[in-house]
Amino acid sequence: MQPSNDLHHAAGGGPARTAGHTAGRGRALAEAPADPGYDDPWYDALASNWGEAAAPGGPAAAVPSTRPDREPPAPRGTADVYLEVQRSTAFQEVRARYRRFVVPAVTGFFLWYVAYVVAATAAPGLMARPVAGAVNVAMVAGLGQFLTTFLLTWAYARHARLRRDRAALDLRWDTQELTRGLQSGAS
Amino acid sequence: MNADHERLALLLCSSFIAVTLAITTWAGRKRRGSAEEFYTGGRLFTPMENGFAISGDYMSAASFLGISGLIALNGYDGMLYSVGFLVAWLVVLMLVAELVRNCGRFTLADVVAARMRERPVRIATGASSVTVSVLYLVAQMVGAGSLVALLLGGTGEAARTWTVIGVGALMVVYVSLGGMRATTWIQIVKAVLLLGGTLTLTALVLVRFHGDLDRLLRTAAERSGHGEAFLAPGLAYGGDWTSRVDFMSLGLALVLGTAGLPHILSRFYTVPTARAARRSAVWSIGLIGTFYLMTIVLGFGAAALVGPDAVRASNAAGNTAVPLLALDLGGGADSTGGTVLFAVVAAVAFATILAVVAGVTLASSASVAHDLYAGLRRPSGRRRGEVTVARIAAVGIGGVAIGLGLLARDLNVAFLVGLAFAVAASANLPVLLYTLFWRGFTTRGAVWAVYGGLVPAVVLVLLSPVVSGSPQSLFPGADFHLFPLQNPGLISIPLGFAAGWIGTVTSAEPPDEARHAEVEVRSLTGAGAV
Repeated sequence: MQPSNDLHHAAGGGPARTAGHTAGRGRALAEAPADPGYDDPWYDALASNWGEAAAPGGPAAAVPSTRPDREPPAPRGTADVYLEVQRSTAFQEVRARYRRFVVPAVTGFFLWYVAYVVAATAAPGLMARPVAGAVNVAMVAGLGQFLTTFLLTWAYARHARLRRDRAALDLRWDTQELTRGLQSGAS
Repeated sequence: MNADHERLALLLCSSFIAVTLAITTWAGRKRRGSAEEFYTGGRLFTPMENGFAISGDYMSAASFLGISGLIALNGYDGMLYSVGFLVAWLVVLMLVAELVRNCGRFTLADVVAARMRERPVRIATGASSVTVSVLYLVAQMVGAGSLVALLLGGTGEAARTWTVIGVGALMVVYVSLGGMRATTWIQIVKAVLLLGGTLTLTALVLVRFHGDLDRLLRTAAERSGHGEAFLAPGLAYGGDWTSRVDFMSLGLALVLGTAGLPHILSRFYTVPTARAARRSAVWSIGLIGTFYLMTIVLGFGAAALVGPDAVRASNAAGNTAVPLLALDLGGGADSTGGTVLFAVVAAVAFATILAVVAGVTLASSASVAHDLYAGLRRPSGRRRGEVTVARIAAVGIGGVAIGLGLLARDLNVAFLVGLAFAVAASANLPVLLYTLFWRGFTTRGAVWAVYGGLVPAVVLVLLSPVVSGSPQSLFPGADFHLFPLQNPGLISIPLGFAAGWIGTVTSAEPPDEARHAEVEVRSLTGAGAV
């Protein structure tokens, strides 16, 4: 319940969120009774999970895994945690922020690159037009590719740092706490 | 190129080998023998260190000598390569670096296996990764042989044979004794040397033209004999439509292939977090971009100061443009400055080859031990054995690369690097992107995506003019070419994506929602990342 509430708050965890992790948790705990989020699926699923995990000697007794490539498939408990985190508003906000930047950016630079290569091979006449001095359209376009690459790199790194990193980190700790909670509860 | 050049160049190369062996010994002493240590160096490199190491892995001798040479001979058309090689990094930065760091442990297959049935996808992605690495490796080995012959004066067959064997033996020693820690530090040293050398030469070119880039371009255009056409695209790839479409195909493979190169992907596992992976990608974009900008100046500088005719007379492919430029910038063939600069360039090129082959060998030994061996053998109790298998794999891959390098010694293997990028873009990228972003992707789709890109890419090249049917072919005597293009990317990359889609929509099993959720949550948040 505690991490659940924290997750709920992480939804607003953007650049403006300056309160520390523990501070946020304290606030979450204090507000918990009045929190209207009890009826959301996120909370329900968690509650049932905690109960299951606490049952001694139950089927969830195996150690859940976060390394699916090595150990046997994780028991339902861990899978449910990931499904619920995926459905949480906090996660969907992080994913939306990532996609809202990356989809247009990738489409943009890919089309710009394809246009450049097609123009250079199919329309060399157009590319040979002089612009200033020895510099022609092709030279401007080529250096423009370098420039846009540098600019997009900067913009992406900035966007990720300011808009995603903190929220993603909160989600990471909360998710790990949930899976660890299952483990310790079961053993 | 007289005895002085050779002696000094040999001395510098030997000291680089001594330094790298010292690094290997140092790294080997600290190792604890775990797979984590061997494949990732303990994941404790800083973003800056990893950024330098990535650029060290990526900037091959083909870029340093090849692209500058292409520009010196063909003017603008050489620049098209450097643009493709750089823009490709945006794909890596935005779609791959962080997510792969969060989801995987050692290889590309880890990411796919996180969602799919492990055995088939490990075998498939392992096979395609090893194919990419071996293609890349053979190109580098053959290049090393001819480069050393060119720069150190050993024109005899014996010198080239021993160079290939020596480079192969050194890379096996680095990888099997030093693992990722030694390989990374060798990459860093090499990246610093390469960037330092390029920066010095670029500064000297700019000083020669008093910082007037316009005059540099004009002089290059006049000296080339092509006039203004030298500064516009079309000299190399502007012939008939086949060659134009061929270049578009190559351009597509360059921009999409980088994100599927196993030795690039494995570098992102050497840093502690996804954030560090992103910052190392940003570092490497800065370094690689600066480097390619400088190679453009060097290429036009070689055209202006040495002249395309002199370059072509020395080496038809233009690979000696930068060494000749260094000789000229230092004050001519008989001056001390010229001797020193020439030797430095030769040593830097040699260091470049050694570092690149070490990185590729490490990545392919990881694919063999962690994916192919693990997929084909019983998975019981191989925790300790895996590193041993990886070391043996490094020796085996070294042997294969030496063997193929010697067999292909006299063949024109320039197409191999392009082919490695095309296979990476057709077989590795579709499965990686589908795994990370497509909810409905299934195991059958993953396997089909890999083979559906790998097989067409290889078959199309076998049926292309690079293998048969033209005087420059691998087998000039035979003619079984059915496919007109030299680069398969334009066909094989869409086929890889299409095969993954068809495999998915026709598969009987439904996609595993829970494991998709796990991959998505882990990739974007880093939960449970090692």
